[in-house]
Amino acid sequence: MAETGKGMGKTLAQSLRESGVSRRGFLKFCTATASMMALPPSMAPAIAQALGKAKRPSVIWLSFQECTGCTESLTRSHSPTVENLIFDYISLDYHHTLQVAAGEGAEAAREAAMRENKGQYIVVVDGSIPLGNPGYSAIAGISNLQMLEETVAGAAAVVAVGTCAAFGGLPHAKPNPTGAVSVSEIVKDKPVVNVSGCPPIPTVITGVLAHFLTFGSLPELDALGRPMAFFGKSIHDRCYRRPFYDKGLYAETFDDEGARKGWCLYRLGCKGPMAYNACATAKWNRGTSWPVESGHGCLGCSEPDFWDAGGFYNALSIPDSDITRQAVYVAGAGVALGAVAGAVNRSKQARAREEHEPVTIDDLDKRP
Amino acid sequence: MSTPVDFLLWVRGPGFDIALVVFIIGILIRLLEVLILGRKPDYAEPRGGELGAGLRTLLTRTLPEPGTFKRSPFTVVGGYIWHIGFFISLFLFVPHIELIDATIGLSWPGIASNLVDAVAAVTLVTLVAMLFSRLTHPVKRLLSGPEDYLSWLVTFLPVMTGYLAYHRMIDPYPLVLGLHILSVEILMVVFPFTKLMHAFTFIIARWYNGAMAGRRGVQS
Ligand code: HEM
Ligand code: SF4
Ligand code: SF4
Repeated sequence: MAETGKGMGKTLAQSLRESGVSRRGFLKFCTATASMMALPPSMAPAIAQALGKAKRPSVIWLSFQECTGCTESLTRSHSPTVENLIFDYISLDYHHTLQVAAGEGAEAAREAAMRENKGQYIVVVDGSIPLGNPGYSAIAGISNLQMLEETVAGAAAVVAVGTCAAFGGLPHAKPNPTGAVSVSEIVKDKPVVNVSGCPPIPTVITGVLAHFLTFGSLPELDALGRPMAFFGKSIHDRCYRRPFYDKGLYAETFDDEGARKGWCLYRLGCKGPMAYNACATAKWNRGTSWPVESGHGCLGCSEPDFWDAGGFYNALSIPDSDITRQAVYVAGAGVALGAVAGAVNRSKQARAREEHEPVTIDDLDKRP
Repeated sequence: MSTPVDFLLWVRGPGFDIALVVFIIGILIRLLEVLILGRKPDYAEPRGGELGAGLRTLLTRTLPEPGTFKRSPFTVVGGYIWHIGFFISLFLFVPHIELIDATIGLSWPGIASNLVDAVAAVTLVTLVAMLFSRLTHPVKRLLSGPEDYLSWLVTFLPVMTGYLAYHRMIDPYPLVLGLHILSVEILMVVFPFTKLMHAFTFIIARWYNGAMAGRRGVQS
């Protein structure tokens, strides 16, 4: 595997020891990883063994139409925990924001990593790719599309980090002025893992990389290409406010009695029922809390088109249309058409009356 | 990209618009085409009031007639159970109240969701039993045509898909919620052009029956 960058050739276990991470801390991380990946705890030693022997794979991180929030999320991950160190001990050979090299030097590092680790490196992408005009987003004069195709050609796998890379995200929101698309719309011949979220949970990003290091393969994916271990259950399924949903106890404003009592946030627009993510269990900020726990509904940020899924503060059941404002015209049209139908019926009635011929006994007698 | 979320957004957006337009226009046409026909003027001297008698009949015809009840208790009881269950599921479930509030600006308190859930389960079982009886009872079977079965289906589907959505029995959730809303939209489109129109016309018919009897001074 990767032999570039600092700490070449060292195994992960060696690197961690040198950074002062105890064996106990490392095992704890392995157990946590096992449980996050929905594996039995008995798998932890196997993970520890595999991770201990793993060598640092080369990772090339490409940033396209993005806001750097995903990188922010990753770098703020519970530092300095083991997850963070795992991240340090992959060989991050190219990353705009985090690398020291700039300009041509940076591009040269990317090309060198691609050459030296052909067929084995991992490409991580954040941000969507504009198809409208290559000039909308380019790096060192290379369009995002070209850089992606070029870099992915020799990759082992691609990890689309964040909802923009996974599903198009904010740039893809209506009216999608740049023609933004997701990574998987372009990369068809390599395995693509979608780690969605706006931003994704840091431990989920590191968890996917840990899985790759441990098993040398990608985790099991759902229909949208997301790792089942993290995205297999919805926010709603794991939400501690769920009993209130079932009992029909809802906060109606952000500071009413229901809000203070921690009731369900459905009426305040919580999209937890349609969002598949690990927030409720993995939590944010060193496991301090997560959005619903802090009193705000889920925005559904891990789902495709969540920007276009109606107002963030509208209940999930509310149709996303402005038809009610047109209701007067619709009713007007209905009245007009009803009047026409009524007129037609009246004339039919009049004609029937005119054409009506009384039947006499004689008429009936004539019939055989 | 076509995902279950795209599907949900379509049924919650353009799909809902189309269904609502067909529903409103359809109902107005069906009501006006009858009302505009009017009645021949009645020159006889009225022997009683129309209003009170009409309203009274509206109420009395809602209660089961003892003879009918004795002849077919199952049809009567089953009919009540599922109608009431349907109304509770539709009008007392909080997500639905949110929708009505957003659409027409009216809102009222809901009841516990797990209570609605129990009611929905009873409604479903009753609707299936009603269909079974329609299929097995020789007379009912003879009287039933395609429109009856269609009406049953479009009534049954929203309750069933709502139940599936609440219990998250189909993955992913946007798909099952989308199916639920789509089933309601099918109901809305079919509604004005089938016997389901009775939900509106029964008021006119019962009131008219009572009012005519009242005018003639007889019992309706
Ligand atoms: C004839 C109309 C409708 C009927 C009979 C109906 C019936 C139901 C039923 C029986 C449930 C399950 C309740 C439970 O088991 O606790 C349900 C749930 C639901 N319905 Fe409807 N429904 C109707 C219209 C609508 C419409 C128009 C929408 C939205 C546009 C909607 C949105 C929902 C939502 C969001 C749920 C909750 C699902 C969950 O808890 O995950 N329903 N409905
Ligand atoms: S707060 Fe949101 S995720 Fe939690 S139970 Fe309510 S609707 Fe579901
Ligand atoms: S709670 Fe919902 S909106 Fe918030 S981060 Fe998690 S998935 Fe995204």
